[in-house]
Amino acid sequence: MKYYRSHVLVCVDPDCLHRGAHEALDAFQDELVAQGLIDEVQVLETSRIGACSQGPEMMVYPEGVHYAGYTVDDIPFIVEEHFLKGRVAKKFELPAETAIDEELSAPTPKEMRVVLRNCGQIDPENIEDYIAENGYMGLAKALTSMTPEQVIDEVLASGLRGRGGAGFPTARKWQFCRASAGQVKYVICNADEGDPGAFMNRRVLEGDPHAVIEGMIIAAYAIGSSQGYVYCRAEYPIAVQTLNIAIEQARAMGFLGQNILGTDFSFDLEVRMGAGAFVCGEETALMASIEGKRGEPRPRPPFPAVSGLWAKPSNVNNVETYANVPQIITNGAAWYAGFGTEKSKGTKTFALAGDVKHTGLIEVPFGLSLREVVFDVGGGIKDDKGFKAIQTGGPMGGCLPEAYLDLPVDYESLTAAGSMMGSGGLVVMDDETCMVDIARFFMEFTQEESCGKCTPCRVGTKRILEILDRICGGEGREGDIELLETLCEQIKQDSLCGLGQGAPTPVVSTLKHFRDEYEIHIREKRCPAKVCKALIRYEILPEFCTGCTVCARNCPTAAITGERRQTHLIDVDTCIRCGICMQVCNFNAIVIR
Amino acid sequence: MPDILQNVPENDPLRNPDQKKLIDQILEVNRDRPGATMVVLNELQKQIGFVSEAMQAYAAKELKVPVSSVHGVVSFYSFFTTTPRGRHVIKFCMGTACYVGGTPQLIEKAKQLLGIDVGQTTPDGAITLEVCRCVGACSQAPVMVMDEEISGRVRPNKLPQSIRTLQD
Repeated sequence: MKYYRSHVLVCVDPDCLHRGAHEALDAFQDELVAQGLIDEVQVLETSRIGACSQGPEMMVYPEGVHYAGYTVDDIPFIVEEHFLKGRVAKKFELPAETAIDEELSAPTPKEMRVVLRNCGQIDPENIEDYIAENGYMGLAKALTSMTPEQVIDEVLASGLRGRGGAGFPTARKWQFCRASAGQVKYVICNADEGDPGAFMNRRVLEGDPHAVIEGMIIAAYAIGSSQGYVYCRAEYPIAVQTLNIAIEQARAMGFLGQNILGTDFSFDLEVRMGAGAFVCGEETALMASIEGKRGEPRPRPPFPAVSGLWAKPSNVNNVETYANVPQIITNGAAWYAGFGTEKSKGTKTFALAGDVKHTGLIEVPFGLSLREVVFDVGGGIKDDKGFKAIQTGGPMGGCLPEAYLDLPVDYESLTAAGSMMGSGGLVVMDDETCMVDIARFFMEFTQEESCGKCTPCRVGTKRILEILDRICGGEGREGDIELLETLCEQIKQDSLCGLGQGAPTPVVSTLKHFRDEYEIHIREKRCPAKVCKALIRYEILPEFCTGCTVCARNCPTAAITGERRQTHLIDVDTCIRCGICMQVCNFNAIVIR
Repeated sequence: MPDILQNVPENDPLRNPDQKKLIDQILEVNRDRPGATMVVLNELQKQIGFVSEAMQAYAAKELKVPVSSVHGVVSFYSFFTTTPRGRHVIKFCMGTACYVGGTPQLIEKAKQLLGIDVGQTTPDGAITLEVCRCVGACSQAPVMVMDEEISGRVRPNKLPQSIRTLQD
């Protein structure tokens, strides 16, 4: 193995590729060759290391210097300064504090990185990088010094629970599957991260695929399985590609395939792609999809652990669940159980998005309060507006108002508050968000993604959406709220799978916490947050309008008229209330009435 | 019902020797894999660009499964299309963060610029306008996907420029 004194990691995420990451990589190689440094400095591709807004971004190790904002022509200068003269090329150095607003920044004091520890730190396409970070140590320990039962006991003692959202103890699932009769068993990874607002699993798959693979191999050993599948959604082409490369490398190294690490345990893995159906995140639908069928859920029992993929005992866990396993085995259950609360052990990754200052991925121990997550880790509300709600758990979760901010983040607390943990999407909403509109948005989503197999979900979600459309459209009636409540209760009770059972949650939670907004929409035909199009109109303030014509030129329906340097006018009938004029106006001359 | 394979339309990929060869190759490689239908359809969609009725019937025959089950899969998943798309596809992400971040405005602007509705293709066959599910780039909302490329923090007034790059 070659030793390098320095490693240059260039971000090849879509944003940086767009800004010439490949050209930068080539230019670095060329310049290092020209300077005779190619045996001392290694150039690698990595996933996101910064905001990618000044890409291609790059990180130089071991110093940990973050460069951005350079062009290909600046590369000889950086190489000369940094690698020949040994000093930081200050001109392009990104100070640590500006690197905060990004998908995955340096951990804030309240964070704890277990699952995300390698993301952005190693080259995901190089297995040796992973091994250097104690990768595959857990597998070696499990295979050489532990029985499958001991592995399960260790995971049980760690308190690890399913990170897909339901929070079922992982080791119990493994026990059931191990106990099921049959020679052929399957280990399946649910990488169908479909919740809008959630992208934790994508980053783990793209940034540290071997952690997931290693976790799956350990699970296979514990269960007694020889074949595994990763079911990844088609919206994540880079994750699929990274996984395939990682699987090939793991196979070449003897971590996958026949007689792993010289033992008599054999296991192999294959990636299967979804095709854009949210319901396939439900485990029985997911297995139907792997079988090449329509992704429709079926009633449980039988549970997958008894009869799953191709009617064989199968174990389905989420990406994050598997990614935790290697470190639990390596560092021991007690270490892992040291984080979190009594019933929710360890850490959880969240995708923080919406109207919060620092959007991006975070990983915190269970038990932190929502307030700490939003204000300490997330930096508070963007543009210093007021906090209105936090949406947890994706389209099957709920919206929680300010009064719930001191709630500890764990499975039980969120469920008790009428929301749920879900896979980990956290969308923060400021006081300019209309909660009725948000409920309508989620209902539109679940209505469209309902697979249509069972009637309560197929018809019920449609009926709820129609009522919400009516309320947002200014045609709400007395009794609509009560009708919504009845419908929600019935759909929740009678639907076949988690999608239908969870579909009413956004409506139920907003009705519970923001009922007054529904009432104002229905009775006063007014949208307090000024969002619902039928209930608002845009107006130009003559005292501020300079007649610059920007709004008129950007209006998609030519609803704005006016001569240059004259006050402009919006025609209420032609206006579609898209709000573009307000966004582009430089003089704050456009207001919503 | 007349056998679709007896009356394959003139412009179907099955009638194009190069594309036919590709289709056969995809079928050959994946024929014996368990759950081959999804794998084959994903490959056909990716490499041919759509899965026509004739292609569905042909795949069903080759994989020895009923046409109904192939068509059932095609119509179930949103990624499969049965008609050709434009040479370029512009998709707007409709995830929560993007929705809150202004995707609806972007779609209005794009519709105006292209003169088509969501789901349609421009008459010259250049650009198809679509709305898609969360692409997982929420920290950069609102997000637009042009072909495979993701751009974040898109503003309506920057759209004309981005769209022009595809039209050239």
